[in-house]
Amino acid sequence: MTRAPAAVPRLFMNMIEVRGLAKHFGRFSALRGLNLTVGAGEFVALFGRNGAGKTTFLRILAGLSRPSSGSFRIQPHGSGPARSAIGYLSHNTSLYLDLTALENLRFYAQLMGLPADTGILELKIGQVGLAGRERDPVRNYSRGMQQRLAIARAFLHNPSILLLDEPFTGLDQAGSSFLRGYLHSAHAQGKTCIMAIHDAQLGYELADRLVAIEKGVAALDVARPDVSFSEFQEALSHISAGGDTGRLPEAS
Amino acid sequence: MKKIWAIFRKDMLIEFRTKDSLNSMLFFGVVVLVIFNFALGSLHDSLRSAAPGILWVAFAFSGTLGLNRVFAAEKENSCLQGLLMVPVDRGVIYLGKMLAATVFMLIAELVIFIFSLVFFNLTVWPEIPYLILVFAVGTLGFSAVGTLLSAVTVNTKMREVLLPLILFPVILPVLINAAEATNIILNSADYGQLKLPLTIMSVFTLVFGTISYLLFEYVLED
Repeated sequence: MTRAPAAVPRLFMNMIEVRGLAKHFGRFSALRGLNLTVGAGEFVALFGRNGAGKTTFLRILAGLSRPSSGSFRIQPHGSGPARSAIGYLSHNTSLYLDLTALENLRFYAQLMGLPADTGILELKIGQVGLAGRERDPVRNYSRGMQQRLAIARAFLHNPSILLLDEPFTGLDQAGSSFLRGYLHSAHAQGKTCIMAIHDAQLGYELADRLVAIEKGVAALDVARPDVSFSEFQEALSHISAGGDTGRLPEAS
Repeated sequence: MKKIWAIFRKDMLIEFRTKDSLNSMLFFGVVVLVIFNFALGSLHDSLRSAAPGILWVAFAFSGTLGLNRVFAAEKENSCLQGLLMVPVDRGVIYLGKMLAATVFMLIAELVIFIFSLVFFNLTVWPEIPYLILVFAVGTLGFSAVGTLLSAVTVNTKMREVLLPLILFPVILPVLINAAEATNIILNSADYGQLKLPLTIMSVFTLVFGTISYLLFEYVLED
């Protein structure tokens, strides 16, 4: 049997509070009463099989989808979407392939009411390692370059919450290393990060807290310092097989 | 207003680079004219009487092709998701998209109309200001509803079929009155009679445009 997730000791002010979140698509239930509290500045890695509800959960937090029942609060915005505080990055880059990098960022900056001067935008593009390629159509970029530009796009408005849905998908070693460095830096700056990821090793390395979603609920919720990687991996395997969390120490 | 302009400018920039919508809209609209020209060729004297209806059939068909692309283009690379994540009133997205759809349709209509002058042997110089007014009001009504319905159908598998099926019944008052107004201009020249069809189209645009603006927030969420 799956053990109920134990409360993780919290050093952070609660930034995100999710209560009984459910989402149904016809007869399929992607989420079935998910509860989760995320502190400000915390880095939470979400694990789970395909269809476990990770993406649905992130899309609801991002305001892209409405929950069927349950609620969530994002401080200090209250219930409902808080798009100005959220940067959402997935493996889809949301970039217009027929526009240049500069035109893409200028478009999003204008929509967000941010300064859209060429100098500022070139600086942003340079920060993700694409200096000199600002005027190339995005269609000519490699997958890794597109993902770098997607990082600049998603975090253009300096959001305090980063929602990341499989952001490492399709990246080569250099791209992956860049994104890892970027996320480390964002975490160090106190940004709250929730990242859905399949790579257990990578998620374990990056996050403060490890949450596994299975059948639409949090089946595992542990602080990383309380668990070794091998114990965590074993627990994940048990959960995926429909069992409990194995010999994991319950966080008090 | 700057945000509406940003969306409009982006759509125009992409369209003028790719010409995805305009090429198909123009081609389809002109083909409709050619077919009617051959079908009604023997009724040479009636061509001017039939021209308003034929023109608006061509406008409506080519406009539907354009509307299909308004949000379908945003699906590539999940751009729609990026757009919806921007902290901006979603009504602004609707207005920017509607403005772009209206301008695409007006460009296509201009070219189709020029072809119709040749096919139907029309001479319309004195009527041009009135025609511009009717085309503008009719097109605005068409795109006000069409933009919303394009968003409704964008996530469906058969959006190319579904959009005209749900659009044409709703848009019928605009099409009938636009054809009627064009008929008054081309065949009676009693411009006082334009008041009624123009009023109906304007009220329709205002009412359905407002409803679409308010509903837009909900149609793109799952």
